[in-house]
Amino acid sequence: MQSLASTMVEHEVKGRSPWADARKRFVRNKAAMFGLCILIFVVLFAIFGNWIAVWSNEELDFNVMGQVATMGQPSIENGHYFGTDDLGRDLFSRTVQGTQISLMVGVVGAAIAVIAGTLYGATAGYIGGRTDQLMMRAVDILMSIPYMFVLILLLVMFGRSIAMLFLGIGLISWLDMSRIVRGQTLSLKNREFIEAARATGVSTWKIIIRHIVPNLLGVVAVYATLLVPLMILTESFISFLGLGVQEPLTSWGALISEGSKTMAYGTLWQLAFPLFFFVITLFGFFFVGDGLRDALDPKER
Amino acid sequence: MFAYILRRLAVAIPTLLLLIIFSFILMHLAPGGPFSQERALPPQVLANLNAKYGLDEPLWRQIWNYVYGIVVHFDFGPSFVYPDRTVNDLIASGFPVTLTYGTLAFVAAIMVGVSLGVVAAIWHNTWLDYLAVGISIGAQVLPNFVMAPILVLIFTLWYRMLPGGGWSFNDPSFWVMPIIALATSYMASIARITRSSMLEVLGSNHIRTARAKGIPEHRVILRHALKPAMLPVISYLGPVFVSMITGSVVIDMYFSTGGIGKAFVDSALNRDYAVMMGITILVGTLTILFNLVVDILYAWIDPKIRY
Amino acid sequence: MALLEIKNLNVRFKTNDGAVHAVNNVDLSVDAGEPLGIVGESGSGKSQLSFAIMGLLAQNGQATGSVTFDGQEILNAPPKVLNRIRAEKIAMIFQDPMTSLNPYMRVSDQMAEVLTLHKGLSRRDALAESVAMLDAVKIPDAKGRVRLYPHEFSGGMRQRVMIAMALLCRPKLLIADEPTTALDVTVQAQIMTLLADLQREFGMAMILITHDLGVVAGACERVAVMYGGRIRELGPVGPLFREPAHPYTQGLLAAIPRVDQNDDELAAIPGSPPNMSHPPPGCAFEPRCTYRRDGCAQQRPALEYFTADRARACFAPLRMFRQAAKPLCCQILMPPQKR
Repeated sequence: MQSLASTMVEHEVKGRSPWADARKRFVRNKAAMFGLCILIFVVLFAIFGNWIAVWSNEELDFNVMGQVATMGQPSIENGHYFGTDDLGRDLFSRTVQGTQISLMVGVVGAAIAVIAGTLYGATAGYIGGRTDQLMMRAVDILMSIPYMFVLILLLVMFGRSIAMLFLGIGLISWLDMSRIVRGQTLSLKNREFIEAARATGVSTWKIIIRHIVPNLLGVVAVYATLLVPLMILTESFISFLGLGVQEPLTSWGALISEGSKTMAYGTLWQLAFPLFFFVITLFGFFFVGDGLRDALDPKER
Repeated sequence: MFAYILRRLAVAIPTLLLLIIFSFILMHLAPGGPFSQERALPPQVLANLNAKYGLDEPLWRQIWNYVYGIVVHFDFGPSFVYPDRTVNDLIASGFPVTLTYGTLAFVAAIMVGVSLGVVAAIWHNTWLDYLAVGISIGAQVLPNFVMAPILVLIFTLWYRMLPGGGWSFNDPSFWVMPIIALATSYMASIARITRSSMLEVLGSNHIRTARAKGIPEHRVILRHALKPAMLPVISYLGPVFVSMITGSVVIDMYFSTGGIGKAFVDSALNRDYAVMMGITILVGTLTILFNLVVDILYAWIDPKIRY
Repeated sequence: MALLEIKNLNVRFKTNDGAVHAVNNVDLSVDAGEPLGIVGESGSGKSQLSFAIMGLLAQNGQATGSVTFDGQEILNAPPKVLNRIRAEKIAMIFQDPMTSLNPYMRVSDQMAEVLTLHKGLSRRDALAESVAMLDAVKIPDAKGRVRLYPHEFSGGMRQRVMIAMALLCRPKLLIADEPTTALDVTVQAQIMTLLADLQREFGMAMILITHDLGVVAGACERVAVMYGGRIRELGPVGPLFREPAHPYTQGLLAAIPRVDQNDDELAAIPGSPPNMSHPPPGCAFEPRCTYRRDGCAQQRPALEYFTADRARACFAPLRMFRQAAKPLCCQILMPPQKR
């Protein structure tokens, strides 16, 4: 029997940790890697774009003012790589600024939503029973509120500050997150290691923070990646309506809005450049999010 | 079934009341009254205005009046900015337009999205699948506020085929771009959901049984696979409905279609809280009713759901 | 001539980790009216073998070789041909009756559709016929329950519905893929008795796929033992069970807990089934085999007849099996991990 046991060990397939496995699947996923490259490019653009820019985002170029359609075209010579906007401001540095703000809103909004949703969902799922029912009923009710309208209502009533925008967008998007997390928690709850923790007298809160939340990480990571583009979409939507970030700040939505208003005068670049960054970023996040989901939750093996 | 609907209504109505009260309190909490913002009014005038709109009464009384007006008379009260117009007038003038293109966009998104998803799933891993997936991935990054300018650029500025804005109930050429702009990204999401759920259903045991029974493939798909594959799509319809109503704000602004979205943004820019609240509550009501319809539809398809 | 003739059947699955060799060089034949058992652990390829016969392999699966039914080639036949064979000539019942019936359709619709499609019956006749068949599988109050949905039946009743549905067209061959695995132990016996009775009553051939040797002993005349996608031993039930000629069969038999023996020392067949994405060049059972010798890991034994009706694929001399007084100590067969 001894020799047999040793033979068996040799023949055993080498075990891989689930995270290493996931990373391998992710790296092998061409679309996801492509998406990651896009995102890295956009982030680099947002961080280092100002170093390349010749003009600041506030300066008016008096040479092109009033004749933007003919003089404000994208050109390397006068330093307006992306042309100028309708007022003669450099569109390159405006786009850099818009990218910074849109990405920030996306990430911060998603972070708020993820934290709020995870804690709420994990609590509801872990405690269970009547508390769970009550908490999820509240989510149901909040879900049926037309959140974009309420968000605009809030922005109008309490001033259109960027902090309000962050908070509003984030606080409105945690509902889905809490549902997903609750479902996962319910299935985690009865696993042995949670029961072991409970049996040794670890407090409920400690179990939620130390045992449940870390095990939700995979789901949360996937959902967070998919949440960022939704936050960007929401912010752009509001800014497109002129109710979001206010001048002199700008975002992709505001730039797209400006570009779409002026494109009839032949200044198509004012729409094209912000739109390009907006679209590729969404692509990037969707690809990476899908890749993460496939990597962390492989259905077919 | 009837009891089920009643029970759902029993939840929906308090939800609505909560929404109304919540928006009212929000408005009350807003810094400054509705008349204190733009220009400083003489105190006497302000008091008169407050009295006229009932703003000098205690809060619970105001809420009661407001809720009573909406529930009993379907009256959202007067506009705060245009004293001669009621919120009802504003809604009544815009709502038919929004309803028309909104419904059409909704139907278009479902029909095109579902067909695309089903085709992709049936011909999984063929060029048809790749094409459908490509379209839906591409369309997913084209929300209404991106589609609208692109459509105008192509069909109005370049080809001069369609009017770039405005609305007419008699001329469908005004409808085309609002519908496409509104429907595209949701069509994409529906296509993706349909494809993945169809793939899952086609790989399920009961479909294998159907095939083992010698049923031709087209019949397997239509009679055995389509219904269960539609369940995730149906639960997605609620969010789509809300997003489309929201999107109509952009459509109304960009295409000057004159729907309720325009009234909403105007009132937002004018701080006309009464109109904003009225529209928010209306949209909330529609959402809740629609979710009810979705739940009933779901229960009708899935025999395992107990009423 | 045999009713079903399988020649050199291979099934491959393309996966991200390379090709999985699920079924390898299988030769097997079933005579009309003959009940044949196929046994093996999960992952031994026995289910995929049956799916290949029916043309039901998953999309990434590819079958090669030949399967003839009544002299007609049916392996990789066009859908039109297959759809005339399925249910009409060869019917199949599956492991899990919970998910194998369509949960969104009434049982009546699911059954009647077979008859309207294959026999051209009217809906009314088809329904009457379905009720009669539900009676035949001993579902109480068949008339009243035919309009129910599958989830309104218990597990055992659902499997009876599956069986009734399979028999509607009076097929010549019934493939039963682990028909009792998902059921309660008490129900298992009832379903097996029913199947064996119906097989005799209808005079049809049956391929019974299972990992339960007791089930095979009760219902089959011949049995094929599969391991690693290959047939390891083949022969009539009685002699094969009394005097196994392959170490794997021996291990399987030893793993049946017996009431009449002291079960204190229990031993499974040690180790786990081979990884079929990297099949070993030699005998796949070699790492787990107590009779293994030099060369077993390099050379693959072929399935050879050593009497008129018994065949085995093993290098170990037959006398070693006769000498083994008592097979390996008993233990429950470890459920192998799926990879």
